Amino acid sequence: MTYTFDFSFLAEYWPQLLKGLVQTAQLSLLSIIFGFLLGTLLAIGRTAQSKLLRRICAIYVEAIRNTPLLVQMFMIYFGLASVGFKLSAEFCAVLAIVINVSSYTCEIMRAGIESVRKGQREASDCLGLTWLQSLFLVVLPPATERVYPALVSQFILIMLATSLVSQISAEELTSTAARIDSMTFRSFEIYTVVALIYIGLAFVFRLGFWALSRLVFPRLRRLGTPL
Amino acid sequence: MSPIVKLNNVSKSFGSLHVLQGVSFDVAAGSVVAIIGRSGSGKSTALRCINGLEKINSGEITVCNHHLHHDVTRAQLRALHLDVGIVFQSYNLFPHLTVGQNIMLAPRWVRKQSKSEAHEHAAEVLRKVGLAEKFDAYPEQLSGGQQQRVAIARSLAMEPKLMLFDEVTSALDPELTGEVLKVMESLARDGMTMVLVTHEMAFAKGVADKIVFMHQGRVWEEGGGEMLSAPQTPELRQFVGNGL
Ligand SMILES: Nc1ncnc2c1ncn2[C@@H]1O[C@H](COP(=O)(O)OP(=O)(O)O)[C@@H](O)[C@H]1O
Ligand SMILES: [Mg+2]
Repeated sequence: MTYTFDFSFLAEYWPQLLKGLVQTAQLSLLSIIFGFLLGTLLAIGRTAQSKLLRRICAIYVEAIRNTPLLVQMFMIYFGLASVGFKLSAEFCAVLAIVINVSSYTCEIMRAGIESVRKGQREASDCLGLTWLQSLFLVVLPPATERVYPALVSQFILIMLATSLVSQISAEELTSTAARIDSMTFRSFEIYTVVALIYIGLAFVFRLGFWALSRLVFPRLRRLGTPL
Repeated sequence: MSPIVKLNNVSKSFGSLHVLQGVSFDVAAGSVVAIIGRSGSGKSTALRCINGLEKINSGEITVCNHHLHHDVTRAQLRALHLDVGIVFQSYNLFPHLTVGQNIMLAPRWVRKQSKSEAHEHAAEVLRKVGLAEKFDAYPEQLSGGQQQRVAIARSLAMEPKLMLFDEVTSALDPELTGEVLKVMESLARDGMTMVLVTHEMAFAKGVADKIVFMHQGRVWEEGGGEMLSAPQTPELRQFVGNGL
């Protein structure tokens, strides 16, 4: 069994791979940002006083967490098209991933919110802060800081899961690789290169999230201890 | 002068557990009232009812001209909280904020003070509790006694008309207890109206103008410091016998 590796296609196709990399990074960042925002809103809903609101959020989260991302993507892309919404594959991709990641983020953020002891909320109430002020100034900051490592893991997973959007022919790294493959037939080499690019991107993301944590959590920056 | 706090026949239950059963007492402006009693006798609940953390089932509470009854609204509670400060046994400092930020949070967001105004004021109350140099420290870097003094300063920064203290020294060893009691004593000297739940009998006797002994959800006995030396009821006699 002999196989001769041939990476010569890179000379011609690296600009396309680079473009795919940028598209994957963009897709991931958009999904992470909006997924986090929606997930946090859901977590607030799941820990709210209103039983109805808690129920609705719980049903949404369970429905999303118990179906495959690929199926959700097909539902949105083909489903919306068949009822007359013609949306770009990239838009549908982001929408599907946001919906998906929001349910996981919700559960992580809920754990964070529940880790904030009742006395914290009582203290802020007694200082005269409004419900919204308490939420944003007293509850969410330590909640987020505590679950930040879990959030980052989730976000990296999402970055990797964006490769699935090649299935609805959205433009990104994996779909670019598939196209190059169909022209050069160097599958092994191409996907090896792409895997390395994903590793590099994951590393950059982790570095970015680390830097972000030092920026948004001043206590962590100064003391370095877990909250 | 009319009392700043007035409890009139207040009852409160958690499910079938009747924690307060017709509690009545007054707190005169500028006075210090100590609530004593066995664990589980309803002291904390009484205190928490005074600033609306627990809703009462029946009776009436008047606090700084705010009237609390069983269906008090959120807005009424917020107005009440602008006049009443509370300090908890477990400090409840915000762990992600520095000492200074903990103190400035409410003045900035609730009283809408400017940053420099809030800063100046925070430094002043921190000086009052003897922790001027801890402005930029985080709560986890402080001892329990220091954290509790910061919690007192945080309440003071809102300039309350009434301060409530719920066993604020119970989690502290004797040395740290002393430094917190000293701060409370100086507040009392400055004329702050205070209601405190405490197990420090000597402190209650020395500082309080009135002592309320609670037993089984009722005010069992009330009076001045001399009440502790000459209890009228067997329950109080037994309580001080164990406590002193
Ligand atoms: N939120 C609550 N739910 C149910 N029971 C409570 C609650 N808070 C207090 N209790 C009960 O009420 C009684 C009085 O409690 P508390 O006022 O804390 O007493 P004290 O402060 O005198 O020790 C206790 O039996 C306690 O278990
Ligand atoms: Mg208690």
